[in-house]
Amino acid sequence: MSSYQTHEFDVLVIGAGGAGLRAAIEASGAGQSVGLVCKSLLGKAHTVMAEGGMAAAMGNSDDRDDWSTHFADTMRGGQYLNDWRMAELHAKEAPARVRELEAWGAVFDRTKDGKINQRNFGGHKYRRLAHVGDRTGLEMIRTLQDHGIHQGFEVFMEYTVVELLKDGDRIAGAFAYERNHGRFHLFKAKSVIIATGGVGRCYKITSNSWEGTGDGHALAYRAGATMRDMEFLQFHPTGMVWPPSVRGILVTEGVRGEGGILQNSEGRRFMFDDIPDAYTHQTADNEDEGWRYIIGDKEARRPPELLTRDHVARCIVREVREGRGSPHGGVFLNIHWIKEQLKDGSEHIKKKLPSMYHQFMELGGVDITKESMEVGPTTHYVMGGIQVDSETQMSIVPGLFAAGECAGGLHGANRLGGNSLSDLVVFGKRAGEYAAKYAADQSMPTIDAGRIEEIERHALRPFETDGDGENPFEIQHDLQNMMQERAGIVRTEENLSFALDALVGLRERASRASAYDNRDYNPGWHTALDLDNLLDVSEMIVRSAIERRESRGGHFHDDYPQKCEQHGTWNTVITMTGDGSMQRAEQQIPAIREDLQSIIEENQK
Amino acid sequence: MTTATFRIWRGTGNEGSWEEYPVEISEGMVVLDAIHAIQTEHANDLAVRWNCKAGKCGSCSAEINGNPRLMCMTRMETIDTSQPVTVEPLRAFPRVRDLVTDVSVNFRMKKSVTPFTPRKPDAADGTWRMKQEDVDRVQEFRKCIECFLCQDVCHVLRDHHKHDEFIGPRHFVYNAALEMHPLDVADRTSDLKKRDGIGYCNITKCCTAVCPEHIKITDNAIIPLKERVVDEFYDPLTRLFRIFMPKKQEPAATPEEIGKVIDG
Ligand SMILES: Cc1cc2nc3c(=O)[nH]c(=O)nc-3n(C[C@H](O)[C@H](O)[C@H](O)COP(=O)(O)OP(=O)(O)OC[C@H]3O[C@@H](n4cnc5c(N)ncnc54)[C@H](O)[C@@H]3O)c2cc1C
Ligand code: SF4
Ligand code: SF4
Ligand code: FES
Repeated sequence: MSSYQTHEFDVLVIGAGGAGLRAAIEASGAGQSVGLVCKSLLGKAHTVMAEGGMAAAMGNSDDRDDWSTHFADTMRGGQYLNDWRMAELHAKEAPARVRELEAWGAVFDRTKDGKINQRNFGGHKYRRLAHVGDRTGLEMIRTLQDHGIHQGFEVFMEYTVVELLKDGDRIAGAFAYERNHGRFHLFKAKSVIIATGGVGRCYKITSNSWEGTGDGHALAYRAGATMRDMEFLQFHPTGMVWPPSVRGILVTEGVRGEGGILQNSEGRRFMFDDIPDAYTHQTADNEDEGWRYIIGDKEARRPPELLTRDHVARCIVREVREGRGSPHGGVFLNIHWIKEQLKDGSEHIKKKLPSMYHQFMELGGVDITKESMEVGPTTHYVMGGIQVDSETQMSIVPGLFAAGECAGGLHGANRLGGNSLSDLVVFGKRAGEYAAKYAADQSMPTIDAGRIEEIERHALRPFETDGDGENPFEIQHDLQNMMQERAGIVRTEENLSFALDALVGLRERASRASAYDNRDYNPGWHTALDLDNLLDVSEMIVRSAIERRESRGGHFHDDYPQKCEQHGTWNTVITMTGDGSMQRAEQQIPAIREDLQSIIEENQK
Repeated sequence: MTTATFRIWRGTGNEGSWEEYPVEISEGMVVLDAIHAIQTEHANDLAVRWNCKAGKCGSCSAEINGNPRLMCMTRMETIDTSQPVTVEPLRAFPRVRDLVTDVSVNFRMKKSVTPFTPRKPDAADGTWRMKQEDVDRVQEFRKCIECFLCQDVCHVLRDHHKHDEFIGPRHFVYNAALEMHPLDVADRTSDLKKRDGIGYCNITKCCTAVCPEHIKITDNAIIPLKERVVDEFYDPLTRLFRIFMPKKQEPAATPEEIGKVIDG
C-alpha cells in the first residue's frame, strides 16, 4: 500500500510562523538546501494574529532601558524558572532582530524623531514594545514571508507532518500528508527544526486557531525529546466573552498599555486591591499616577492593570467568583475613559487600537470609544515546550531543533507580553544557524521502510472504523470541555486526578475516530489525526500540574495557593519511557551566573 | 432560537452540487460558525479554510449569497434567513473541494514582484529615520491580510481569466506599498506596465468595495501607480496633480551596510 513522494533537504523546517520563517531564512542563507512545511497557507500562521508588539530594549522611547533590565523583567515575570541563559541571549539579541525586520521592509510605528516607537506592556519596566498599531504580528509575518520567498527555500503549504523519523538515535526526517488530496510525502533531512507554535486547542476557551494542537510538542516527545514546564499555560486575562461565538478571541494587552482600566460590576478598579510584593515598588498606588505613567511621565509608576498576566487573570477570576462580574461572566475593560484626559480621545483609540475597534464593532456590536468591553481569561500561550540547548536550540535528539512557542525555557512560569514575537526571531535565527551547521557535517540518513508503513497505516485508520466509529469533532469538543473544567486556570488535586482518568477514556474513543472515505481536503480526517497530539499534550499538562503543589505563574493550584520556595529550584520534565508511557521528573535549575544574579538583585530594588 | 437553511456548494474540482443543511442560529453568530456547526453535526468532511476567526488572517474567504466576504466577519444578523443562505467558493480560482479553492497563483504573482530594496542607511547611528506621516500611506497598504477577495471580484481575473497577464488588485497594493516605502529605491514601473498588466484595470473600484481592511485600493494604490507608469512612459510634463512624486534614483544599500544596520 506504500505510496508516497520523497523529498530530500539538508534542513527541514516544520512550521511557517515567525520562528519557522526566520529559521528557514537563516539556514538557507548558510548555504543548505531547506524545505519548509506548514499546515495552512503561507502567512496565515498564528503569528499573524499577534497584536500588541515585540519586546526589545532599544531605548528609543525611554533611554533608561537596556538589555539587563529586559533580562531582569523576563526573569521576574517567569518567577525564576526560566532558562537564564536563554533569557540573557533573548534580551541582548532582540534589538538587532527588530532592526533586521526594518531592513527587510517592516514599517513600525515611529517616534517623533523618526525612530521605531515603543509602547508599554505588562511586566516591562520601560516602554519596550516595537509595534504597528495592534497588528504587529501581521507586520512580522508578512515581512519574513516577503523576504523569505526570495531566499531559495522550498515551501510546502498545507502539508501536515504526522510523525518524525529517526535513523538510530539521530533525526532522519518527517512524514506528512498534503491536505488538498491527502497524498503522503516523505521528507528526508539531516536536521529538522520544529516551529509549530502552541497548544491552545486543548481547551475550549482559547485565542488559538485550529492549528494550535501542539503537534510539534507531541512529535518531539514521541521522537524522544524531553519536554519541560508543561504545567505552565498562560491564561490571558482579556479574551472576549460575548457573544458566545467569539468567546476566547483575544483583546490585546495594548488596550491597557494605552490606558485601559479594569472595573468590576460596582465600577471599582479592583486591580488596586491586590498588588504582589515583588511589584509594589514599581506599581502606582493611585489612579492619577497610573495615568501619568501611561502618558510617559518617567517619575510615575505603572498602573496595576499592567501587572503580569497570570496575576491579572486571577484577579478577574476572583471578581467573577465573588459575584462582581459583568453580565456574561467577565469584567469590564474601559478605554473610553481616556476621553476625560485627552480631548481627541476617540480618535486616539481608533488610531492606536484599530483592530480592536473593528473587532468589537463588527463582532460584538460594541463601540469601544463609548462603551466598556466585557473580558475574561482565555487560554493563550504555553510556556512549556521542547527542552533545548540555550545556544543552539537543539533538543536531546541529535539533529532535532526547536524554536518559538513550541520550545520551552525562555519564559519560565509566565511569559511577558511581547516576549514571544522577539523570542521567535531571536531563537528562530539561532535554530536555523545551528541546524545548518549540524547538517553540514552529516550524511543523508537512512529511512526505515517498515516504520513508514506503520505510520501510514495509523494515519489511514479513521477510514477503516466499521460501525463503532466516533465523530472526531465530538471527541475534540469533549476533550476541550474536560480540560477547561479540570485543568484550567484554577486547579485542584481532585480535578487534575479526574482529568488523568478522563484522558484514558478519551484516548480509547480517539482510537475509534472515523472519517468519510475521501482523502481530498477532509477536515474530519485531519481532526481525527490531530487527536493523538492533543491527547499527548493534555496528558503532559495534567501530569506536570498535578505534582506541582504550589501556585506560581501560569499554574494556580487552589489547594496550595502560595508559592513554595523549594518548588522554585526545579523544572518539571516529561519524557517517554521504553514502553511508551509518560514519565515525569524534577530537574534542578543550574546555578545562575553571578553577574546575572547581580542584575536581578539590582533590579529588585 | 431560529433555524436557517444553508445551501452549500459541495464537490471535488468542478464536479459537485448544492446541498442544504439546517443550522440553529444563536446571538452573535457568524457564517463561519454555521459552517462549523454543519461540519460537527452533518458533514465532518466539509472542506473550509479558517484560522483566526477575527478577520486577521484572510483565510475564510467565500461568496455568501454571491458576495465575496470573510465568513468569520459576516454576522448572521446581517443576512436574510427567510431564504436559504448560499455559500460557495471564490470564483476566480480553481476549485479544490467544497469551499476551498487553489489560490496558489497569488503566491506566484507576488514572487514576480521586485522585492524591497532599501537605500543606504543615512542616520548618524547607521540606521534610517522615517516620519510617521511619511509611512501612514504605506501602513494602510500593509494592513492587507491576503484574503484575495479583491482578486476574486476583479472582472479581469474573474470573467476574463487573465491570470498570466494581470497580477490583480492585491498585487497592485503590494507594489504600491513598496513603491511608496520611504526607504525603497527600486523601480517597478516598467514591470507594472509590461508584465503586470496594470493597463487592464479600468478603475471599476469593485476591489475597494470588498476589501475587509478598507484599503482604498483603487484611489490610493492603483491610480497613483498608473500615474507613475504614465509619467515614465508618456509625457512627464502634462501631469499636474501627481499624488506622489517619481522616486529619486539612489543607490541601494549593500549587504554589508544592511549587516551594520542590524548589528547596531
Ligand atoms: C491573538 C494573539 C495575539 C498575540 N499577541 C502577541 C503579542 O502582541 N506579542 C507577542 O510577543 N506575542 C503575541 N502572541 C503570541 C505569539 O503570537 C505566538 O506565540 C507566536 O506567534 C507563535 O509563533 P511560532 O512561530 O512559534 O508559531 P506559529 O505562528 O503558531 O506557527 C506555527 C506553524 O507551524 C505549522 N504547523 C503546526 N503543526 C504542524 C504540523 N503538524 N505539520 C506542519 N506544520 C505544522 C503551522 O501551520 C504554522 O505555520 C499572540 C498570540 C495570539 C493568539
Ligand atoms: S478597479 Fe481595477 S483592479 Fe479593481 S476591480 Fe476594477 S478593474 Fe479590477
Ligand atoms: S487588498 Fe484587501 S481585499 Fe485585497 S487581499 Fe488585501 S485585504 Fe483582501
Ligand atoms: S478566519 Fe481569519 S479572516 Fe476569517
